[in-house]
Amino acid sequence: MLISGQDPIAGYQAMLQTAFQSPKSIGEIFVTAGPLIFTALGFAVANSAGFFNIGLSGQALCGWVTSIWVALTMADAPRLVVLPLAVLAGALAGALAAAIPGLLRAFFGTSEVIVTIMLNYVFLYTSTHIVNNVMSKDFMSNKGVTKVIGENASLRTGFLKELSSGSRLNIGIFLALIFLVLIWFLMKKTTLGYEIRSVGLNPFASEYAGMSSKRTIVMSMVISGTLAGLGGVVLGLGTFGNFFVQGSSLSIGFDGMAISLLGAGSSVGIFLSAILFSVLKLGGQGMPLRAGVPIELVDVVIAAIIFFVAISYLIRFLLAKASGSKKEVAIVEELDGKTDPTSQEGGKI
Amino acid sequence: MEIALIAALAPIITQTLVYSTPLVFTALGGTFSERSGIVNVGLEGIMVMGAFSSVVFNLTFAETYGAATPWLACLVGGLVGMLFSLLHAVATINLRADHIISGTVVNLMAPALGIFLIKVIYGKGQTDTITESFGYFTFPVLKDIPILGDLFFKQTTLPAFVAILVAILSWFVLFKTRFGLRLRSVGENPQAADTLGINVYVMRYAGVLISGFLGGIGGAVFAQTIAGRFAVTTIAGQGFISMAAMIFGKWNPLGAMGAALFFGFAQNISIAGSNLPVISSIPAVYLQAAPYVLTIIVLVVFLGKASGPKANGQNYIKSK
Amino acid sequence: MAQENYVIEMRNITKQFGTFKANDNINLTVRPGEIHALLGENGAGKSTLMNILSGLLEPTSGEIFMNGSKVSINGPTTANHLGIGMVHQHFMLVDAFTVTENIVLGSEPTKVGILDRKKATAEIKRVSEQYGLSVDPGAYIRDISVGAQQRVEILKTLYRGADVLIFDEPTAVLTPQEIDELIDIMRGLVQEGKSIILITHKLDEIKKVADRCTVIRRGQSIDTVNVRDVSSQQLADMMVGRSVSFKTEKKIAEPKKVVLSIKDLVVKESRGLEAVKGLSLDVRAGEVVGIAGIDGNGQTELIQALTGLRKAESGSVELRGEAITNKHPRAITEAGVGHVPEDRHKYGLILDMSLAENIALQTYYKKPLSNTGVLNYNQINSYARRLIEEYDVRTVNELVPAKALSGGNQQKAIIAREIDRDPDLLIVSQPTRGLDVGAIEYIHKRLIEQRDKEKAVLVVSFELDEILNVSDRIAVIHAGKIVGIVDPKETTENELGLLMAGYSLEEARAELRQEAGEAVE
Repeated sequence: MLISGQDPIAGYQAMLQTAFQSPKSIGEIFVTAGPLIFTALGFAVANSAGFFNIGLSGQALCGWVTSIWVALTMADAPRLVVLPLAVLAGALAGALAAAIPGLLRAFFGTSEVIVTIMLNYVFLYTSTHIVNNVMSKDFMSNKGVTKVIGENASLRTGFLKELSSGSRLNIGIFLALIFLVLIWFLMKKTTLGYEIRSVGLNPFASEYAGMSSKRTIVMSMVISGTLAGLGGVVLGLGTFGNFFVQGSSLSIGFDGMAISLLGAGSSVGIFLSAILFSVLKLGGQGMPLRAGVPIELVDVVIAAIIFFVAISYLIRFLLAKASGSKKEVAIVEELDGKTDPTSQEGGKI
Repeated sequence: MEIALIAALAPIITQTLVYSTPLVFTALGGTFSERSGIVNVGLEGIMVMGAFSSVVFNLTFAETYGAATPWLACLVGGLVGMLFSLLHAVATINLRADHIISGTVVNLMAPALGIFLIKVIYGKGQTDTITESFGYFTFPVLKDIPILGDLFFKQTTLPAFVAILVAILSWFVLFKTRFGLRLRSVGENPQAADTLGINVYVMRYAGVLISGFLGGIGGAVFAQTIAGRFAVTTIAGQGFISMAAMIFGKWNPLGAMGAALFFGFAQNISIAGSNLPVISSIPAVYLQAAPYVLTIIVLVVFLGKASGPKANGQNYIKSK
Repeated sequence: MAQENYVIEMRNITKQFGTFKANDNINLTVRPGEIHALLGENGAGKSTLMNILSGLLEPTSGEIFMNGSKVSINGPTTANHLGIGMVHQHFMLVDAFTVTENIVLGSEPTKVGILDRKKATAEIKRVSEQYGLSVDPGAYIRDISVGAQQRVEILKTLYRGADVLIFDEPTAVLTPQEIDELIDIMRGLVQEGKSIILITHKLDEIKKVADRCTVIRRGQSIDTVNVRDVSSQQLADMMVGRSVSFKTEKKIAEPKKVVLSIKDLVVKESRGLEAVKGLSLDVRAGEVVGIAGIDGNGQTELIQALTGLRKAESGSVELRGEAITNKHPRAITEAGVGHVPEDRHKYGLILDMSLAENIALQTYYKKPLSNTGVLNYNQINSYARRLIEEYDVRTVNELVPAKALSGGNQQKAIIAREIDRDPDLLIVSQPTRGLDVGAIEYIHKRLIEQRDKEKAVLVVSFELDEILNVSDRIAVIHAGKIVGIVDPKETTENELGLLMAGYSLEEARAELRQEAGEAVE
């Protein structure tokens, strides 16, 4: 900010002021964070299995469209029926969407990188097609925009709305928190999580240990897609209340990836990063008005933060050097040193 | 009849070339980077910087250089792309960052930085449309070849042929020169290269900087032929498609070029298809999705396992 | 004192990594035209010393002299210019390149930057003929045999005009035949005026080919001896610092019922060709059967089929009478089979996971380590602690990542894991690959222990010494079949060698009788 002649302090001030200016804005922080937590978790799970799931946007989109569709179709059913059903449908849609690259990778060895990129486009066009041509005309309010779902299907509650003075705060964030815990438990404490991590780290040894790497690969992608789908569900049933045609891939897909990387894939990290991200994004909206700082700077800041996380080796090295301990420096060098994967070299016993 | 067919095909071919050219350049860039062992998912961001800088240059100097402007702008785009890729290079080569993370950082930063600078320079969110674009070019002698001349060499886009030339050149450099051999060795077995006195770091820098240069040109070409200006939505996915083309082409410049041409054709067909009798009756979604579905099918059936250079994505640490 | 002319002299070399002294005041001298062995256990500091000589590392202090003049070696290129070449243990080759490309890499003949392949090929042919190292210049490294790959490594140094060649554990990956070929090559090189430094921990090879030997232990040079004047036992004792036993003490085997029964097994390898062609073999409780054979004769595929990792095309495998042919790996381990794989880093361990998680690798899904899908880390960790104690695995604790352990301790952990499950059949492949004498001693003891507990043990190894030491019966595999089963007490290395080359038992014995008869005459 300094470089471009803006006043950085005023900029940050404006950002924080905007973000926290009212209960409504605080509520909006959680609104934004909810779907992001889901996609970040989705990326993290796939990453543990050794996968690079770039298809989170497409999977989230599937969840979004499906949940809205179900909600509109069952406009008259009681809340207890519609809401869970819509959520489930969205989650399922995401799961299926991710199962495709998972199955292809497991059985054919096809690069999931390409398949997920391709599917993002496929789902994008398909969603547009569905909205314009397949959905019943009754559901549409305008071309390319569906009607708003009824209260029976919304994640919003009167209570929360009041609490946050009219923001779009909904139970989506609570769902996200629940899943943060669930996924942490899954990955650290269950046999499935163990298998996913194992296959991600060493598929050969995992086969030797009797694990089915095919099954594990597909499972991890399905879980990843389910989470992304739920992110889409929260966008639909919580944030927006309807669906409108998208011109390009959902940003929560990519942002979720960034948040997962920032949070080093841990549940706590993801939560904090998602909040930070949301604060920056929301607060950033106030910057142009209050401090004359363009909003794009927010993205630059986020990118810079991730960059510094990525070069954490250097930071640790510098810290170790600064503390003057030669041993620490050596340890950092050792630990981060390349392990020779082919080395059978023995050692003293 | 024949003439009608040619008349219908020619623009399709041209448009395909138009859409493919940015992809070819960027895919070639990706090939150099990954062949040296550095995964570069930041191609998207590099294209953005290339697009941004070329448009700014074009708008600023259009009067000074006239018809040469777009070409110079491309060079500028390439240079800026190269500078931007330096970030990725330092992060992965010297600071041992994870390649994917570093590339993602590039992708996040580029559009933000670009728009930010546009706002600073022009005071609005997107630039004006450029005045000097590449236009259509007709090859002097080749245009007279029967049939082929009409199809390929009349009213076509010149950057495409430059791209093809660069692809062939890239193939030659990678496989026939000493530099190419050393570059590839660093991507396959950096330790072996090191023991033979090859400077792994320097080679990898070369790979990444070349990818920055070519990616920047790719973005520049796109901005000046297809988009006409720079906005936040200018580059949307082209970097990733180029990456896919590189993998599809098995990290071989000629293969990457072929894949990029295929993708360009596919992207084009959905738009231009409405002009052709049969195709216009197919619902848009099938045409739009077709290239992507087709890629997946081809991948599964023909290519099987994705395998790039052996040491791709691994950081190399020299012990002293 | 008379000044000897040494081609290489390393004086008071010390190399420190942080607080760890890999080399501590080492002195080494190499005479021109000699084969000088550098003997030491793994981790003793031999490789570090040679990495210094070949320019990959710089010494913390000390000096190097070549032919009497002081030199400073600051990189591999400098070392190459001085005429020092290293033949690495883990080949520094690019699989995707051809032999020619690998040899000339870094010193390519070019015309204006373009590779001059013709010139390169011609030069390689010349050097290879001069030293008798046959290679196919156009072949891709990934397609040629290990022995051929090593010849390429050697040619790399000769192409650059090396006068001093350093061989780092060259025989670790070679078959007995290839080892003999290598010894001939080394003798040939010496005749052409080269000097050789041989890093090894194989005593019999030192006795066969070296002139002098310097023993290194824990980073220090212990002594330099004339190989002719010492025995293998003395060398071993110097290397380890205590008395070492080569032969494992064991009582005579009393095999009981058949545990493993393989009948007419046919297994195809990855390219679709048959690797195991109708193999039959029995292993009884209370005996150790060793499978001897040259690498590539079907052992790998056989083991993979037995452990469920590869499909058997036909034939049957029975464990205690129950068929386990083509069952899922987990079903097989549950039926009572333990397996120590030949590549412990690739197949045996997940290096980035904790030692405890690795120890739980085969049993994590069962109680008490987990319950209905939820892992119980208290149980997992205490189980690991018990095994670490019982099997003397040297580690800080059970929570460190597996990669932090030395190779020997990693192997101990794997063996602990497999043996503790009390399998009726224990299959081990290359159990002591890359391990030093102390570790080998320990592991062989454990294998015999299993056999004494009336379990069945099947050992596959390329090391004839190992097979002869631990087996009660030796089955020789050749071209996917068992060509002969012999008693280790009665057979000889020669007989085994012939069997491994494909002779049947009668043919081999006839051949040996004939040779013996000829010798007498």
